[in-house]
Amino acid sequence: MKGMGIIVVKVSQIIAPVIFLFGLYVIVHGHLSPGGGFAGGVIMASAFILQILANGAILPKLRHEEHGLEFLESAAILGFLILAGLGLIISGSFVFFANFINRGVVGQLISAGFIPIENIIVGMEVCAAIATIFIALVVFKDEVSE
Amino acid sequence: MNSLIPLFIVVPLGSAFIMAILGRFIKDFGKYLINLGLLFLVGLTVKLILNSQETLIYKVGGFANAGDIPIAIYMVVDGFTKILLLIISVVGFLVALYSISYTKQYTAERKFYILYSLMLAGMYGVVVSGDIFNIYVFLEIASIASYALVAFGIQKQQLEASFKYQILGGVASMLILMGIGFIYWSTGTLNLADIATQLTADTIIMKFIAVLMIVGFGLKAAIFPFHAWLPDAHSSAPSPISAMLSGVLIKAIGIYVIFRIFFNMFALSYEISMVITVLGTLSMIIGGLLAIGQWDMKRLLAYSSISQMGYVFLGVGIGMLVLAQKGNPAVAAFSILGGLFHLLNHAMFKGLLFLGAGAVEYRTETRDMKQLGGLSEVMPVTAGTSMAASLAISGIPPFNGFFSKLIIIIAAVQAGYVTLALLAVVVSIITIGYFMKMQKYTFFNNDGSFWKNKKIKEVPFTMAFAMILMAALCLGMSLLAIPTIRDIVLTPAVDALMETVQYSKTVIGI
Repeated sequence: MKGMGIIVVKVSQIIAPVIFLFGLYVIVHGHLSPGGGFAGGVIMASAFILQILANGAILPKLRHEEHGLEFLESAAILGFLILAGLGLIISGSFVFFANFINRGVVGQLISAGFIPIENIIVGMEVCAAIATIFIALVVFKDEVSE
Repeated sequence: MNSLIPLFIVVPLGSAFIMAILGRFIKDFGKYLINLGLLFLVGLTVKLILNSQETLIYKVGGFANAGDIPIAIYMVVDGFTKILLLIISVVGFLVALYSISYTKQYTAERKFYILYSLMLAGMYGVVVSGDIFNIYVFLEIASIASYALVAFGIQKQQLEASFKYQILGGVASMLILMGIGFIYWSTGTLNLADIATQLTADTIIMKFIAVLMIVGFGLKAAIFPFHAWLPDAHSSAPSPISAMLSGVLIKAIGIYVIFRIFFNMFALSYEISMVITVLGTLSMIIGGLLAIGQWDMKRLLAYSSISQMGYVFLGVGIGMLVLAQKGNPAVAAFSILGGLFHLLNHAMFKGLLFLGAGAVEYRTETRDMKQLGGLSEVMPVTAGTSMAASLAISGIPPFNGFFSKLIIIIAAVQAGYVTLALLAVVVSIITIGYFMKMQKYTFFNNDGSFWKNKKIKEVPFTMAFAMILMAALCLGMSLLAIPTIRDIVLTPAVDALMETVQYSKTVIGI
């Protein structure tokens, strides 16, 4: 896949980190404000997608990238399941998804027990999944045109 | 016991993603992990069936009810659920055992087992969920995994079948989602038991929802006017997956949900019962007639699935009709028992038949019956087990199929539907006809010297072992017709459907 002109590349280089940071913000504040893991993950993935679109990419490199993302995706889901399972074991009430961490004060950043941790994991998963889908489409298109 | 229910979803889902990570580094990790996991779940299911008669309820997250409004996501295991859990665990385990040798022909074995585990997680989820939106979510997990599995061979025919399946499956999911939207709009809740208490009036919108649900889940269950995708998808998939799709998937995500919502969620009505009975009768006859002319072994089996699902719908539909007309409850219970018994039996023998067809294809690389013949000489285990399954599905005593068909026919006569009973007998004769055709052209018909010269031999041990176990179960499950054993497995399931209002009372706890 070919990249774009110098102006697009430079602007995207400036914007992409900001988008990424905003995605992180949305994820971390998921239990306090609108948004959360899914929305933040999509925003983060869009920073990656912007970079690939602007700079272009070489197929073997993209495939390598895809393997890494697949690993991240599986690890995130596994983490989510383990966290839910820990609730089953630690809380003592044998409840799956039990919120076993101290919930803190409502409105503070570190509160709501393990919900922020779950949000971060969901964010990782969604970001990896959306980027994987995009890369799969790019790889497919390049393979067809070859 | 209640806290063990989520394990049915956690074990397959967790093993899918452990496989995705560790399967890269350890060879053949996935196939042994899923076998171990399913063996554990078979044990858990048997424990659930033997230990507790009452309905098990599990609230995810442990949220208590607010007054009598349920807030938590419910998982409910009652008698009817247990039957489905038994089917998924036992057939799933045997198919996984069979796959150990079968999948060696594929390059992406790891992905096969990941998708297989995801499909299992989806089916378990649909069955244990007590919440209609979660049923939809798990149904999509199971469906999407099965779309990918149907296309697993990535040949032209398989991709085409998968595409057709995806389109019709997508239409079905859309209709179901629309129905769920209407339910939420008119009742304000998504919990099956809570919906049942809210839906009292027999309004026009209820009828519309009922139609959407019948069409949506009917497409998933492949009953007669919605069956177009099934012969393609089930014959193109890898054989273990065909066994899973025909034996388990259409039951767990189609038939189970139809019976659950029309018995325990909607109030029983004469019209719906009539629709279910008529559709069942039609698919029974038309599936049977279409199967006769097939020369592709797996296609014949796929059409036969449509026909046999017709029997299940006929049995349960007659029970619904009798209940809706306030007839004799004993007759209704007997009829529903026949339908559910046939559901259980069909999973076993149709699974076995597909595994047998897979074994033939594995060795001879064809499933065209015109080119086969004489295989009983070179593949005795496959021929023997396939013969046992054919006898069972045609209803020859002492195999299990005989008893379930007998119960359905007797119940139909008792309920006064003599024509339907007669049709069931006629279709049973047609079934014998096309299975004898399959047996003759595949395993007999010549002395097998052609295959001997090509050095065709019996399938590897795990495949043969899985098929022998299934054949033994086909014979052994006829014991379920004996009253004392029937009371452990089948009667709780019939009671769960018969006492239509009891479900919501037990679950919400009023």
